[in-house]
Amino acid sequence: MIRTPLRPLARILQARAQGQNPDAIERENLRLRHEEMAVKARQRAEGRLLVLGVFFLCAYAVIGVRMGILSASEPAEPVAYTAGSTIANQRADIVDREGRILATNFETHSLYAQPPQMVDPITAADKLVEIFPDLDKGRLLKDFTGKRKFVWIKKKISPEQKQAVHDIGDPGLLFGPREMRLYPNGRLAAHVLGGAGFGNEGVNAAEVIGVAGVEKQFDAYLRDPANGAKPLQLSLDLTVQAAAEQVLYGGMKLMNAKGATSILMDVETGEVISVVSLPDFDPNNRPRPPASGDDPSVSPLFNRAVQGVYELGSTFKIFTAAQAMDLGLVGPDTVIDTRGPLRWGRFAIRDFRNYGNEMPVTKVIVKSSNIGTARIAQEIGVERQRDFLGRLGMLEPTPFEIVEAGGGKPLLPPHWSELSAMTISYGHGLSTSPMHLAAGYAAIANGGRYVKPTVLKQSGPQMGERVMSEDTAAAARMMLRKVVSEGTASFAEVPGYKVGGKTGTADKPKPQGGYYEDKVIATFASMFPADDPEYVLVVTLDEPEIIAHGEERRTAGWTAAPVAAEMVQRIAPLLGLRPHVEPAQLAGITLTSN
Amino acid sequence: MKTLLYMVTALCVFGLAFWAYRENYTTRQVLKETRQLQREIGAARERLSVLKAEWAYLNRPSRLRELAELNYDRLGLLPLRPDQFGRVDEVAYPQPAALNFSNGLDVSTMTRESYP
Repeated sequence: MIRTPLRPLARILQARAQGQNPDAIERENLRLRHEEMAVKARQRAEGRLLVLGVFFLCAYAVIGVRMGILSASEPAEPVAYTAGSTIANQRADIVDREGRILATNFETHSLYAQPPQMVDPITAADKLVEIFPDLDKGRLLKDFTGKRKFVWIKKKISPEQKQAVHDIGDPGLLFGPREMRLYPNGRLAAHVLGGAGFGNEGVNAAEVIGVAGVEKQFDAYLRDPANGAKPLQLSLDLTVQAAAEQVLYGGMKLMNAKGATSILMDVETGEVISVVSLPDFDPNNRPRPPASGDDPSVSPLFNRAVQGVYELGSTFKIFTAAQAMDLGLVGPDTVIDTRGPLRWGRFAIRDFRNYGNEMPVTKVIVKSSNIGTARIAQEIGVERQRDFLGRLGMLEPTPFEIVEAGGGKPLLPPHWSELSAMTISYGHGLSTSPMHLAAGYAAIANGGRYVKPTVLKQSGPQMGERVMSEDTAAAARMMLRKVVSEGTASFAEVPGYKVGGKTGTADKPKPQGGYYEDKVIATFASMFPADDPEYVLVVTLDEPEIIAHGEERRTAGWTAAPVAAEMVQRIAPLLGLRPHVEPAQLAGITLTSN
Repeated sequence: MKTLLYMVTALCVFGLAFWAYRENYTTRQVLKETRQLQREIGAARERLSVLKAEWAYLNRPSRLRELAELNYDRLGLLPLRPDQFGRVDEVAYPQPAALNFSNGLDVSTMTRESYP
């Protein structure tokens, strides 16, 4: 660039000659130069601003475009790393305590039709009815030839059926993948597992949702994709459950009962090892719920173990005895007045037989005297009895983790009077489910701590709230052992396993009030081995009736107790319990002297 | 000097472009293989779950019970009974092999003097 001089000699000389001030020329030039510099600086600044603007524009454009792409693109599994491949199942499996599968998923297909694409709807309908005899041909024809654009034909079809439909060769018949819930063991543990059905359905997939049992209780866990590879582990033992179902079914048929239930529970952990309710169903093909007017207990869906709320009879007597001993009111040998009948207002309490005028507490339990127990209850009083039963969990639905358990709410007397206390002491006037009873007996069996019955595998003992002292529990166990060795439950004796338990026979209530004369609920609640119990077993038969020794017999000692004995004999070895031979009673030595 | 620098730079650019081109294609190839492998893993998992379900179905207690009954003649399987528990000390140890005495010495008749 040529720099313009501030004082060009020619102009200075000319100005001097004309008598002007040459400094004016210099100032003029300086001003011009400054103007020029200012223009340049502005241009440069504008240029920089422009560059910066373009840069920002580009940056925003890139971000905007990226955001647009992200929001508009289809989600895709990242392929560059393999972390995504753990999501395997739509719904987690359910396994037993040893990891054997109780419920899993199975890939099948659904069948649907798009009538506008069908070539020969009439032949297709004919052939479909041949493959699926349960389809209604008239309806299919109507659907295929009518205005409908989309028709579901079958929700689940087997691979053979799929091939057969494929062979029809109609382009309007289409298949969609379906993941279905499979219970490989069929009827086994049906009431615990419940069942599953389809929720929202699309062509390419369908939601599988639990409809009952643990499937419904743990639906959120099972459906969580993060748990796809982590099965839900239950406390049930497949082998024990199968054996218990077989024995109980045989027992139910033998005793002519119309229903039966059994619960086997670990006394320390509260784990339910097996829970059976008969009649049962196949969860793969869950029957319809009963109509609203029918008696729900007739339906196979009815879970007697948790929903069957009945008065469980004399099995409750041991709670009365245990509480009285815990309060220090009586000891095992305290003599109780058992003269009958015991009158209270216009109500009279009677015994099954007359057992004499007085008996020690142990004998009251062994002989199952209503009068004796009622007298003990009078001493305990209403408040303390209600409090004790409350701590044993008898006044609330059990916390057993299947949805049906919430429906097993105990029926309490509307007004807990002294008479109620007396009848409740021998198991009448308070209705509970067998699961409540099992939890109560577990508290006696484990040395006095309440354990919550649970269907999930536990890692250790529960160490629940203490409801009675160790000594009381031990004394109560001694009584229960004597009930079996010399009392009403002699049929429950299993050599080597020292079964201790209590029978209970309660008349069934009529729906319109009052009690049936000839229909009972026979219950046998037991624990084994009685000196250091590991398991509690409750067996309940609904309306049993046998003829033995020329007499019709319904009492639990004749019906539920032998079934329980058979079950202990069958199950205890499976649980790894080794029989122990009890030392024979020492021959009484009589000291003589002459 | 400058010309050399330009040429080296140009060669570098060529080289890098070629490397990037090759790298691009190998990456695509690897991604394709990964996708293929993941498909195979998925299929294998699906098959595994079917096999597990089938194994559970074949091992269901009712079927095993029926099989045990059908094959009772050959196998003689019965449910486990309490009296089948044994104790370790009930198991007989194998008899040790008898020692072979070829030149027996009767010690019972030895006197103290003859004792060496």
